Amino acid sequence: MRDVAIIGVKNTKFGELWERSLRDIVVEAGIGAIEDAGVGGKDINALYVGNMSGGRFVDQEHIGALIADYSGLSRNLHVPATRVEAACASGGLALRQAIMTVASGYGDIVVAAGAEKMTDVGSEEASSALAAAADREWEGMAGATFPGLYSMIAKLHMHRYGTTSEQLAEVAVKNHRNGCLNPIAQYRNEITVDQVLNSIMVADPLHIFDCSPITDGAAALVLAPAEVAHEYTDTPIYIKATAQASDTIALHDRRDITTLDASVMAAKRAYEMAKLGPGDIDLVEVHDCFTIAEICAVEDLGFTEKGKGGIFTEEGETAIGGRIPVNTSGGLKACGHPVGATGIKQAVEIVTQLRGEAGKRQVEGAEYGMAHNVGGSGATAVVHIFSRER
Amino acid sequence: MSVPRFWRNLDSRYNLEGTHCTECGEYFYPPRKTCVNCRRLGQIEPYRFKGTGEIVTYTVIRTAAEGFEEQAPYALAIIKLDEGPSLTAQVVGSPEKVHIGMRVSSVFRKLGEGGDRGMIYYGTKFIPADA
Ligand SMILES: [Zn+2]
Repeated sequence: MRDVAIIGVKNTKFGELWERSLRDIVVEAGIGAIEDAGVGGKDINALYVGNMSGGRFVDQEHIGALIADYSGLSRNLHVPATRVEAACASGGLALRQAIMTVASGYGDIVVAAGAEKMTDVGSEEASSALAAAADREWEGMAGATFPGLYSMIAKLHMHRYGTTSEQLAEVAVKNHRNGCLNPIAQYRNEITVDQVLNSIMVADPLHIFDCSPITDGAAALVLAPAEVAHEYTDTPIYIKATAQASDTIALHDRRDITTLDASVMAAKRAYEMAKLGPGDIDLVEVHDCFTIAEICAVEDLGFTEKGKGGIFTEEGETAIGGRIPVNTSGGLKACGHPVGATGIKQAVEIVTQLRGEAGKRQVEGAEYGMAHNVGGSGATAVVHIFSRER
Repeated sequence: MSVPRFWRNLDSRYNLEGTHCTECGEYFYPPRKTCVNCRRLGQIEPYRFKGTGEIVTYTVIRTAAEGFEEQAPYALAIIKLDEGPSLTAQVVGSPEKVHIGMRVSSVFRKLGEGGDRGMIYYGTKFIPADA
């Protein structure tokens, strides 16, 4: 197994990109990343694209080949291209496939991309597509929605640990504050706890401002073997760990409704692989599809005790300047959550931070960063640890 | 919801029929054909649940799922059946009365209607056990 580095990154703007197609935005991200890396199409050995529901959102399957084609990698170069799907964890998983390809020696320069175009359908159709990440036969059939599933997690977390609606709202407030500092974010406006609490109730206790929005966006990374990474860039960022875990597809079958065991296991495997612990991590991008998901994530990844995620957030420990800055990018809440793109966008943020190029949202002296990407209500979790030093 | 996807679970939906592994003793609802503990070494047989249990957690859905719009707001809960397994189902009646730890029992009810084909789906919902 070889060490792997990231040598190029690019996010598109996230938001409602009605005038642009899925292929347009992936190509923008892909070309941006390979220009950042200083490589050419001839150098690329493989392409992985994270995409959750092209068939539902734009009525297009065969996304791997489509993206390779419109990136100019097909007709003459015939680059192998693979779509990777694990619901909202599709992007993180595409990165993991790319890492394994480079680490194994089956490829040298490999591109990992993620993309989703969600606004080409109405919001009802989009919600229905997203609901397919849960158990359609035994959750959807009973009338479950995605916010509904996370609401049931929130309800029990509040009941058992005393977590409050205000603490949930603080997650959204912080992520909007960070999003204001990120040029690609869908929402670049500050919000208040009161605004969250007074927004429409979607599923008790989650308000609409507790939920990540429906968004278009793409992101891409270029990977290379660590031993040659310096030939391409002065600031390669190294992969210290890639880990993945599964859990039951239905929330009702979990060991503990308030713990995402897939996140716990993926983090445990990642810490072991990197020979690091939660105390070594300088910043983390977590999967805040709903505010309660960020609270669970800071607990499940080991940054605070189980049940303390709410108070930890309220006390500012997850803000930039706190004990562990969480979602400096603005997270899924402020950046938007184009499902297949999210995992790659998280990695782009960590790389940008570790390079010291994050501008006003820079975490000073960051050495180690983590990205945490979840599919469904926790049936898949992917955790990566990145480092400035090899 | 496609018709075949509904039909093949008819006994489970109408009669709360799940499965039981005689090897390790665990009960499954929704039914599983492979035991999560014993995997292929498990001995799976059908089991009809008594239909009583307790609410583990719940929510009141206000923005409904597709096909459930007329029912909103509705209480959706994770219910732990007395034999052990948990399932997701609606709780009938006033959503304000639903609470964690509440005892419930199963009833046969209309679940929803399937889009343009106009199929009506029936299955299991729950009511307060003392009702
Ligand atoms: Zn068994």
